Amino acid sequence: MAAADDLQFEEFGDAATSLAANPDTTTVSIEDPGETPKHQPGTPRSSGREEDDELLGNDDSDKTEVFDRIKGSLLPIPGKNFVRLYIRSNPDLYGPFWICATLVFAIAISGNLSNFLIHLGEKTYHYVPEFRKVSIAATIIYAYAWLVPLALWGFLMWRNSKVMNIVSYSFLEILCVYGYSLFIYIPTAILWIIPQKAVRWILVMIALGISGSVLAMTFWPAVREDNRRIALATIVTIVLLHMLLSVGCLAYFFDAPEMDHLQTTTATPNQTVIAAKSS
Amino acid sequence: MAEAAESPGDRETASPRPLMRDLKAVGKKFMHVLYPRKSNTLLRDWDLWGPLILCVTLALMLQRSSLDSEKDGGPQFAEVFVIVWFGAVTITLNSKLLGGNISFFQSLCVLGYCILPLTVAMVVCRLVLLAEPGPINFIVRLFVVAVMFVWSIVASTAFLADSQPPNRKALAVYPVFLFYFVISWMILTFTPQ
Repeated sequence: MAAADDLQFEEFGDAATSLAANPDTTTVSIEDPGETPKHQPGTPRSSGREEDDELLGNDDSDKTEVFDRIKGSLLPIPGKNFVRLYIRSNPDLYGPFWICATLVFAIAISGNLSNFLIHLGEKTYHYVPEFRKVSIAATIIYAYAWLVPLALWGFLMWRNSKVMNIVSYSFLEILCVYGYSLFIYIPTAILWIIPQKAVRWILVMIALGISGSVLAMTFWPAVREDNRRIALATIVTIVLLHMLLSVGCLAYFFDAPEMDHLQTTTATPNQTVIAAKSS
Repeated sequence: MAEAAESPGDRETASPRPLMRDLKAVGKKFMHVLYPRKSNTLLRDWDLWGPLILCVTLALMLQRSSLDSEKDGGPQFAEVFVIVWFGAVTITLNSKLLGGNISFFQSLCVLGYCILPLTVAMVVCRLVLLAEPGPINFIVRLFVVAVMFVWSIVASTAFLADSQPPNRKALAVYPVFLFYFVISWMILTFTPQ
């Protein structure tokens, strides 16, 4: 993109003015003009990072970069591409891996807490930690976070061989986008503890809106050149799979709050009969 | 493991000497975890006996009884074991990839030893659970587990944080936080039959 090229030259200028603070950054820019400057001005890099580049091509990230990417996944700006804006040929696996790990435990723990709170007054309820759900959650989340990007990457490669696309993403970049787009589900999972159906569904809509739009805006440029129907079908599938993940997790890990109301209406015999018939 | 440097004459003496030396080394490291200071003992003479003892103790106390239903109970012995060791290895790999200058086994050693406060919390929780159940019981356990959780994190970051370059300290510390949080959660939600 022409805008990106202009930014490269501007970064060069910034690096020159901050020469005293960042000698390493300036050195790399001067000696290798052909190399895309992966560094933001203000983040000094030591030579030891070269080994990190070779190690899975990841974890080249600083705290600020990871935080910036997380913020970018929470605030999708129309027209701005997450990959171009934040990843810039420097994908990291730290964010996706630990966001998925946190999400696994957030869902399992919140589900456990929510079930405990829903069934709190019942005499027959005995609290169980439901530890098995942790491994189920881990399988679901990690399978989604790795297999869907793999399938999408394969699909995009296949379409690229048929239609010349201006924009194409590497597998690590797709992995990175998917990982960061899952971040919004962590606070959503914690808020799902609230045992109100309406609140939960509003949260699902908000989370899906945010992370779905990040994904849609990222992948639209990659399929835009293609056949209209295939492009639309790809975006719709991406969003649908995302929705399936969130609704599935809500349904499986969090008990429905109506059961609470069902129990409290057993005061009179008539209502007991009604409750028995409707269950 | 910490090798006991034996002179040729020692081979004739009985094995209790290196065993006592190892036990003393383990005990010394326990003290260093309980009173975290800037010291290199945990890193210099690393060993994995302490973490093994702690992990087995914790797993034995946390495992659900065989009478529990298979589906919904607490973790099994193997599950606790796997979480502790797999979690420690993952965190170690993470800090290596982030560019830390601490060796693999040193990091495992530190993470394992810093489970000591949480093991103490488990023992205390088990004792508290012998009393009658109720909200006060829960609040006491919550307080104990919370304090020990903070203690574990403080102890491990005192040793691990220095090994990272400054702009990546937070990235290296967060997985440690998550690790001890999960263990604390398992301890807090432990319910005997």
